[in-house]
Amino acid sequence: MTIMKIKWAGLLAVTLVPIMAVADQTYDVLSQSMRAKNSVSMDRLTQDSLQAYCSKPRDEANYSTAAAIRESRLAAIAMPADGVFVGDWRQGHDVANNGRGLQYSDDPSQPNGGNCYACHQLDPREVAYGTIGPSLTNYGARGQSDVMLRYTWTKIWDTHAYNVCSHMPRFGAQGILTEQQIKDVMAYLMDPDSPVNRPVEE
Amino acid sequence: MTTRKVLIAALAVVVPIASAVADGGVFDEYREMMGDDNPAIFVIEEGEEFWLQELGPKQVSLETCDLGLGPGVVAGAYAQLPRYFADTDQVMDLESRLVHCMVELQGRDPEDVHAKPYSLRGDMGTEIEALAAWIADQSSGVPIAPGQDQPQERAMYDLGEQLFYYRAGPHDFSCATCHGQDGARIRLQALGNLAKHEDAASAYASWPAYRISEGVVRTMGWRMRDCFRQQRLPELIMGSEASVALQMYLAVNAAGAPMSAPGLKR
Repeated sequence: MTIMKIKWAGLLAVTLVPIMAVADQTYDVLSQSMRAKNSVSMDRLTQDSLQAYCSKPRDEANYSTAAAIRESRLAAIAMPADGVFVGDWRQGHDVANNGRGLQYSDDPSQPNGGNCYACHQLDPREVAYGTIGPSLTNYGARGQSDVMLRYTWTKIWDTHAYNVCSHMPRFGAQGILTEQQIKDVMAYLMDPDSPVNRPVEE
Repeated sequence: MTTRKVLIAALAVVVPIASAVADGGVFDEYREMMGDDNPAIFVIEEGEEFWLQELGPKQVSLETCDLGLGPGVVAGAYAQLPRYFADTDQVMDLESRLVHCMVELQGRDPEDVHAKPYSLRGDMGTEIEALAAWIADQSSGVPIAPGQDQPQERAMYDLGEQLFYYRAGPHDFSCATCHGQDGARIRLQALGNLAKHEDAASAYASWPAYRISEGVVRTMGWRMRDCFRQQRLPELIMGSEASVALQMYLAVNAAGAPMSAPGLKR
C-alpha cells in the first residue's frame, strides 16, 4: 500500500509539474478578473490535483497516470454508513430535476440539486433532457446485484474512480449532494416502481 | 420616445409568460410571431442616442471614441474586436474599450461606469447594453476578424484557450464541459462545440442578443459572466482580462463568418 502510494505520487508529480505552471498563470488571471459574490468566494478558483490534471484539451491530455488516479479515487469512495444504498425514488426525482445549488444566485439555505436531467435522459416521458451524458432510461434493468449497487453509488460519488476526467461532477466526494440525496437518486435509477424503469404506455 | 417605452413595456409583460415555460416550443412560436422583427431594434436606436449624448464631467459625446478603426468609426468596428490598442497597451473587447472612452473622453468615474454594466432581470437595459447593440449592428454582415497580428493578441488567444479548459469549483466545470463536444444539449438547449469554427461562428456572430426570457439585450461579456455563474465560480468583472481572453478565443475560432447581431435568443 505504501509503495503504491509513493509510486502514484511520483507519477503524478512528473505529469503535473508542466500543467501546474500554466494553470498558475490561468489562476492568476482568473483571480484578478473576478470578485466574490454572495456565498461564492474566491477560493473556488483554486484547483485540486484532479481538476488541474483534467484541464487540458482532450486531444492534448496525457492519460498515462489515469490508472493510478482511478485506483486511488476508488479507494476513497465512502459507501453508505448503514449499508443501505437505496432510498425514496420520489425524493430522487426532485434531486434529479433540481438544477440549483452553489451558484452565487442560489439561496444557500435550500438543498442542492443533482441536475441529472441537464445531461441524462431518465424518465422516458420527460422530453427536456440533455445529451452530454448517456441515457439512463430503464437503468434498473441493468441489474440489482450488490456489485451493481456499489458501481452506481461509486459513479455518483466520484465518477473519476471509473472514468478519469469525465465531465460529471463528484456529487459525493465534493459534498454537492448528501448521502441521503444520493440514496434517493439511486432509488430513482434502480427502483422498479421509479418512472425511469416504467415503459411509456402505448 | 414614448411609443418606444410603451412597446418595450409591452414586451416586458409578454416575456415572463414565455420564461415560465421550460419547453423551447414557446420561444420558437414567439420567434415565428416576431418574423424578422427583433425587439433589439429599439435598443439599437437607444444605443445611438447614448453615443451622441454629451455625458460626464467633460460633457462630451463618445463620437471621438476610437474602437480600433479610428476616432468615431463605428461601421465594421465590432467585427474586428477584440484587438490590441497602443494607447492603453492592452488587448480590449468592446466593453473595456467603451469604459476606457467613458473615463478618458467623458471624464467619468470608472467605479460609476462599472457599478451596474448589465441590467438585472426585469430592469430596463443599461447604457453599455444599448451601445453594444448599436455598435454590433453597425458590423452586421461584416466578417469576424479579431486582431491576431500583434504578439499580445496571440497571447490573449492562448490565454483564452487555457481558460476554456480550466476546471474548477465544486462541480469541476470548465467552459469545455458543456461547449467542448459536437451536437450536445443541456435539457433542450443546444450548446455548440465552441472549439470548432462552425459552432463558434454561429454563437459569436449572434451576440449581443435580445433575450426573450429577460426582455433585454445581453452582451457577449454578460454571456461570459453568466456561464461562470453556472460554473459555480465567482462573478466575472466586465472588461477583465479573462473576459477579453475568452471573447478573443471565440472570435478567432469564429473568424471569417459574418456578424449577424443583435441576435434573438430564448
